[in-house]
Order: sequence, then structure tokens, then C-alpha cells
Amino acid sequence: MALPFNILVLVCLAYVVFLFLGAFGADKRASQGGSNWLGLPLIYTLSLSVYCTAWTFYGAVGYAARSGLEYVTIYLGPTLVMIGWWWILRKLVRIGRAQRVTSIADLISSRYGKSNGLGVLVTLLAVVGTTPYIALQLQSVTLSFAVFAAAAPGGFEGADLSATALWVAVGLALFTILFGTRNLDANERHHGVVTAIAVEAVVKLVALMAVGIFVVWGVAGGTTEIASMIADSPISNWNINPGRWAGLTFLSAAAFLTLPRMFQVLVVENVDERQLATASWAFPTYLMLMSLFVVPIAVAGLNVLPPDANPDLFVLTLPLHYNQQGLAMLSFLGGFSSATSMVIVASIALSTMVSNHIVMPIWLSARSGGATMSGDVRQLVLVARRVSIAGVLVLGWLYYRMSGGGAALAAIGLISFAGVAQVLPAMIGGLFWRGATRVGAAAGLIVGFAIWAYSLFLPSFGETGIMSDAVMADGPFGIGWLRPQALMGVDGLDPVVHAIFWSMVSNTTVFVLGSILSFPRPVERLQGAQFVNVFEHSATAQGWTRGTAESEDLLVMAQRIMGASEAQALFQSETERQGREGYLPDTTPDFLQRLERQLSGSVGAATAHAMVSQIVGGSSVSVDDLMAVADEAQQILEYSNQLEVKSEELTRTMRQLSEANEKLTALSIQKDAFLSQISHELRTPMTSIRAFSEILREGGLDDSGQAKYAGIIQNEAIRLTRLLDDLLDLSVLEAGQVTLNMRRVRLNEVLDSAVTAIGADRDTGGLAIVRTVAREDVEVTTDPDRLSQVFINIIANVRKYCDAASPELRIIVRQGKDGVDVDFIDNGKGIPKESQSMIFEKFSRLTDHQKAGGAGLGLAICREIMVKLGGAIAYLPGQGGAAFRVSLPR
Amino acid sequence: MTDQTSDLKIGGDPEPTVAVTLPRHVLVIEDEPNIIEAISFILSRDGWVVATHSNGETAVEAVLKLRPDALILDVMLPGRSGYDILQDLRANETTKDLPVLMLTARGQKNDRELAERLGVNKFMTKPFSNAEVLETMRALIEA
Repeated sequence: MALPFNILVLVCLAYVVFLFLGAFGADKRASQGGSNWLGLPLIYTLSLSVYCTAWTFYGAVGYAARSGLEYVTIYLGPTLVMIGWWWILRKLVRIGRAQRVTSIADLISSRYGKSNGLGVLVTLLAVVGTTPYIALQLQSVTLSFAVFAAAAPGGFEGADLSATALWVAVGLALFTILFGTRNLDANERHHGVVTAIAVEAVVKLVALMAVGIFVVWGVAGGTTEIASMIADSPISNWNINPGRWAGLTFLSAAAFLTLPRMFQVLVVENVDERQLATASWAFPTYLMLMSLFVVPIAVAGLNVLPPDANPDLFVLTLPLHYNQQGLAMLSFLGGFSSATSMVIVASIALSTMVSNHIVMPIWLSARSGGATMSGDVRQLVLVARRVSIAGVLVLGWLYYRMSGGGAALAAIGLISFAGVAQVLPAMIGGLFWRGATRVGAAAGLIVGFAIWAYSLFLPSFGETGIMSDAVMADGPFGIGWLRPQALMGVDGLDPVVHAIFWSMVSNTTVFVLGSILSFPRPVERLQGAQFVNVFEHSATAQGWTRGTAESEDLLVMAQRIMGASEAQALFQSETERQGREGYLPDTTPDFLQRLERQLSGSVGAATAHAMVSQIVGGSSVSVDDLMAVADEAQQILEYSNQLEVKSEELTRTMRQLSEANEKLTALSIQKDAFLSQISHELRTPMTSIRAFSEILREGGLDDSGQAKYAGIIQNEAIRLTRLLDDLLDLSVLEAGQVTLNMRRVRLNEVLDSAVTAIGADRDTGGLAIVRTVAREDVEVTTDPDRLSQVFINIIANVRKYCDAASPELRIIVRQGKDGVDVDFIDNGKGIPKESQSMIFEKFSRLTDHQKAGGAGLGLAICREIMVKLGGAIAYLPGQGGAAFRVSLPR
Repeated sequence: MTDQTSDLKIGGDPEPTVAVTLPRHVLVIEDEPNIIEAISFILSRDGWVVATHSNGETAVEAVLKLRPDALILDVMLPGRSGYDILQDLRANETTKDLPVLMLTARGQKNDRELAERLGVNKFMTKPFSNAEVLETMRALIEA
């Protein structure tokens, strides 16, 4: 006997009420703060079982019946992700908690600079990718009803099967709205729903295992028998296609991370990061148990049931075949659970995205200005969510109606997987690569999504759908390499593998190139750093500076989003933390961040940021810029340091070059000046000599005139000779080519010879020389001729320049520790202070030429000689007249 | 110690042979006594009335005071360079067209260029030929 339709519906309703009560109880416990058992890793693990939908429950058996062991790949991917939780999942969950991420669209949007455009893109992608999946669930429930109808004699009385899908959709929408949008939780967690999902997970597992046990021990008669049955079946002959295995494993792993409902339970509903550690082994175990009896059921179904039986429904039809009504009922509930849990979580996830990324931004921009101040945002968000849930289910139902429910369950599942997997590059890139940018992510998503739609999604509607046979066979407009299932002429690939390959490769390539070629905005850089370095950063979102934000405005807004009591509690605790009383804390950056995170739990990061920005005013931009400056400064610090070092080097080199250049220039100027001086000194006497020679030669002069002019010529010739002597002397001294004849001499002897040579001793009425002979009796080691030359020069200078009425020169010898000083002091005016430093330079004659009579080289020569003799000559200021000190070593 | 005296001397007696024309006045600004003597001698013998001045600082005043028909100007003078003096003379309305022969013992290329830029009429390097100086002075006066 078969179950009547009414009983079936009644059982379903009873089951739903049971779930309802469980969910209600959990919500109540959670709101009373007694939700400790919800934190159990087991509940978290079981909630992950939304991965196992009706596709897994019914479809896996069908998959095994059609393609052998390949169904295992669908479990393999998630298993790998869970086992490797430490690398990706842990980071994902940490970021999700730190940034209060509400959905995968929010994650992507938040990572790439809170870009709402990306949020919309991912939302659309998720909706398009999930819709077939929801349709799949509706189809499976409808099919399972149909199975019972077929088993009942004459079908169901008064039952309209075609309406089943619609009623299921409506029922699920109601349930989801009830538990998914009961309130706006700041953490976007749904304790009731999670509880219901966990219960359903158990029902699924128990039902499938019960059917499996029944098949192995009830139908086949034991493990040995079933093993031989499997060996005899075509399943054992299936070859493993490595490409397809790798592709499908990758796909299921990608989908496990990117499916909106998986993200919801994995990240958003996660209460404690440590749950991951348990789930990492518990969930693979769950999956293993789910897949344990798939092959036996498939083999038994193929053997026992008529050849036209749908393998996707063996789980139901086998118990019915053996008239196991109870088991069939359990199995039906298992399938029902799989379908409903998926639809509930998926529609919650999708509605969150739609309301946060599409409805709220539109509403915000429509009411620009005082948007956050008017209307009940909270109510609006809830309504938006509810409408979205209904909308998502309507879309699923429409897809179900359009696709005619014909395609195999597994095929629809894979198409869906491949669609949502397009988010993977942007997600993984965003987690691990700071260089990933919004532009790259958007471009990659669009390209991947387009290729997916073109090569997999659109062709899935079949011949009657959007893609005509001609396009499928010859490509659009007959362009062969654009054939949807043989892009670039790569033929012979499995359509799914082909689509995965091209969409993921293009997606990733465009994402990477786009990221490299584009420059991230400040917020992107910040968020990138926050995401990639989430383990180093504490949980801080983007910073706020103390703005002009009115605390009261913020409170009004927060109340509308979070609810009055929660908002007030938040504001009160913050005020207390700041050491005051009341509800209006200072709007510190800390507080604004905290508030934004709280709000983003309800409306998403982008919207929350926009809302706070509206009140805080334009300051957010400047904060971005400031932070960006800091961020970029950090990034280019090394580069800049290198540049600085280089620059210092260059500066140093430049300084050295410039110094060298200055020296050369100075030398060159000195040389020019010297040559010019020499020229002048030589030409002046020669001018006189030539002029008077010509005059004498012309004749006509008297004797005295002749004698006078001949005298001038003689004097000028002597002057010229002296100049040449001095020049030669100096150049020899400067070149260091002079040979010194050093010996021990008595200083007084040298002085005597100098005075005698210059004729000063016979100079009556001229210069008087005052000497203290006793003190001059000192022995020194020197070249007496050269030293005498110095003394002669000095005495000659005094004779020339001393302007006293009765010139007098005192020569004073002083013995010091290191040597002997000989001071020459006259009684004239002395040398002006500003000229004292110049007198030892060449041609530095201070008076006019005629009076000096020399070339101005005397003191320059003296200096050179004294250096050679190991002593020095210096002008001695403050002695009344001109004074020179000659210092000699002993 | 610097000699800053400015002495004005009128050169030897003019030759009666050139009395037919008006005597030309020339001022020699030079600080080497022997060279002053030589130039004064040859110009006087040629019929010029020669005045001399040996200080650079007061040279322009002397020119304005004496209003000579031509000027012989040394470059290296105590107090002020011949270039500066020339520049001042060219800037003055009464002396901007005064014929100037510049004499220098430095005689490097850029010295000549500088003098020409400042508006010298003739530039000669020491030592000079007496005949050439006389020819140049005649040419300057006739131009």
C-alpha cells in the first residue's frame, strides 16, 4: 500500500513544525543568552552539511549510476578545504569576524575598498549562479512527491502535482522569512536557522544510511554479496578520467568556499574560530558517511529496478519497491531536509546580499542628504530582506518551470558550482595578495562570469533555449573558435571541464593583469592590508578621525538600524568607557569604527560606511587620504630609503666635483692673473726701453738728453733682468728643484753677510739697523745663502717702504724651544691689517710700481725659501711698524 | 704708502712748423714715469700740447676739466682701471665721442675685446712703436 498524499503532506507539515519549534527554541535560548550549546563545534559541523543538498542526497546515487565513482569528487573538494582549514578557512573566518562580513559579496566589496559596484556584481553572480540550484531543490522535492504519487494506485486524489513546486517554494519562503529575518542581528547570525539546519543534517544522514543499510543487508544480503554485485555492475568498469577528476575536485573545493550558503554557514554563522579545528575532521567524516552507501544503492537500483527508472530517485524508489513505507518516508524526509536546508540558507544569504548591496544603496542615494535621519531604516532592511527571499524563491521556481525540470540533477549542480566559483580568484587574491585591486577583481569576475554563461549556463537551457544548435555546432556567426563548448578550438573536452578551464584561466589572468595595471584607491590599499595581514592587525576596520559627527545623529541612525535598545546599550557602554555618563559619547575614531562594524553587521560594510559618512561628513575622504599617505609611505619607505642613500651619494660626489672644479677654476684664474701680471711686469720696462731707443735712434737730441734717455734704458734693462731672475728663482723654488746646501752656521754671520750685501752698513743717512749682537750668537742648521737672501729681501723692503722720517730697523733674535725667531721691526706706518694676508702672494705690491722698483715677488720668494728650510716667515702685527718674523729650526 | 698725487704737466715747447694749424691737446693718463716721459716727448715733438695725469680715481675729473682733443689711456692705473674710466667717459655727453687710444701692458685677447665693447677708438699693446702712436693719434683727430 502506498501513502496517501494527505498523509505525506501531513508528515511534511509535522516535520516543518518540528523544525520550527527547534528553531524557535534555539532563537529564544540565544536571545536569553543561554546559547552555549550553539557554540558547540558539532552544531557548526552539522550546519556545514547545507553543502549536501538534494543533489547530494538523490543526485549522488544517480551520478554514480551514470558515471561511476566520479561523484566522489564532489566530496573530495570540500574535504581538502576542511583538512587545509589552517591556510584559507581560518583566515577567511578571522577576516569575516574582524570586518563583520555579512556575505561573500560583502567580503569582496569590503576587501576592494568597500566598493559597492563589486558587491552588486558578486550579488548578481550569486543570484544567477544559485537560481538553478534552488530550482534543483524544488525539482527534487516535486520529483519525490511524484514518486509517491506513482506508487499510489491511481495517483493522488485531488492533488495537483504541478503546483507542488510552487507550494514548496511558498512554504520555504515563509519559513525563511520567519527565521531568517526575525530581527536584524548585529552579527547576522541566525541561531534558529542553524539549529534547524543541524537537525536536518542529522535527518539526512540517518535517512541515507538507513536506506544504505537496508540495501546492503536487506536487499543484497550482506557486505560480501553487495561487493560481488558491485563487481558485476557497469560502475566498476568506469574509467577514471584524470582531467575531469581534477577539474571537478577543484570545482567542488572552489564552490565550497564561494557558494553563498556555504559562506553563510562557514564564515557568517561561525561563533568561534576554534570550531574550525573540530569541523576539519568532523565534516569530512560526515561527507564520508554520506557517500558510504551511494554505490551500493546505485548498484542495487540498477539491478533491481526497471531499466527506465530514474537513478536520481533510487534512494526513494528502492524502499518503495520493497514496500518499506516507513523507510521510504524517512528517505523522503531526508531529501526534503536536504532541499529545504539548502534553500533556506541560500535565500538568507542571497537576501542579505540583495538588500545590502542593491536595495540599501538605491534607497540611500534616492534619499541623499538626510537619508539616515528619516524613515525607519531597520524596518526597511527587514522588508528588503523578506522581499528578496521571496524574489529569490520566485526566480528559482521560474527557472524550474523554464528548464522544464528535464536536466539531470548533477548537471545543474555543476553548472551552479562553476558559476559561483568565479568569485574564487578575487577572494583568494584578496586574502593573500595586497596588490589585488578593485579593477582587477571586477574585470576578472566579469570575464569569468561571461565565459561561464556563454560556455555552460546558456547552453544548459538545451536546444529550445537561448543557444541554437547552429551556434553550438559552428560557433556564433560561423566562427569556429567561438563555439561555446570548444573555445579557441580546444575540442573534445568535457563541457564542464572546458568551461571551468577557460573561465577560471581567463578570470585569473584578467584579475592579475588588471590588478597590476591599475592603481588601488586609498581605501583599497587599507582594506587590502587589513585582509592580507589580518593575523597581525587587531580587528580594526578603516579609521575615522574625530570629525564633526554629532553623537546624537549617530545614535538616531544606529537606533533605526540596530534597534533602540541595542543602539542605546552600545552608546551607553561607549560613554561609560570614556568615563562619563549618558548616551552620547565623544565621536572618537575608535567609537566610529566600532559603530561602523556594528552597523555593517546589519547593512554591510559599504552601506554602513556610507551611512556613517553621511553624518560624519566629508571627513571620511580626508581620513582615507591620510591613511593612504601613511600606508603608501610605509610601502615606499624602502624604495625611498634607497633613493635617499643614492641621493646622498650623488650629493657627496657633486660636492666633491664642485670643490675640485672650484679649485681648478681658482688655479686657472690664478694662472691667468699670474700670466697677466708677468706680461705687465715684462712689458712695462720694455715699453720704456723701446720708446727711448727709437727716440735716441732718430737723433736730434742734445748730450744731456741723450744721457738721460740712455740712463732710463739702462735702469729699465736692469729692472727687467731682476724680474727675470726673481721669476726663475721662484719657479725653481716652487717646482721643488732647488738644491739646498745645509750646514751648521752662526746666525750673526748670516745677518752680517745680508746687511753687507745690501749695502745697508754703508748707507749713511738712510736706514739705521739696530742689532743685539750677543743674542745673535746662535748656531742653526740651514742653507746660509738662501737664508741670507731672505734677510736681504726683508731689509730691502724696509728700505723701500719704511716711511718714517728717520727709518730704523731693529733685528731681534729670540731663542725658543723648537727653534730661533728673527724679528725685523721698523718704525714706519706698518702694513694695514687687510693687506697683511696678501703680502706673501706674488705681485702683491702694495705701493705703486716705480717706488717699489721690484716685481713684487720678493716676499713670495722668501716664503718659498723658508718652507724649504723647514721654517716660516710671517707678518708680525702689533709691533708699531712693519714687522716680519723669520722662524728657523735649530 | 700709496701715491695719490695728481700732477699736471705741460709737455715741451710746440714746434713752430705746425703753428699753421691750431695746436691739438692730448691728455696722457699713465702711471709709469718713464713711459709718460717717452710719450710726452714724441707727441710734443709732433706739435701736440700734452697734459699728463697719473691717478685713476681722479682721471675722469681731469678729462672734464682739461677738455683735451684726444686721450691716451693706460689700463692698469692706481686707484681705478682704464676700463672704468672709459666707461664713465662714454656715458658722459661731453666726452662720449672723445677719441681714445688705449695702451696696455697686459694685451690679452679679452682685454682688447673688453676695450672695444666699451667704445675705445684704438687699442694698442705695449711696447709700442713711436711712429705708430703718432700715426694713430693723427688719424683719431682727423676722423
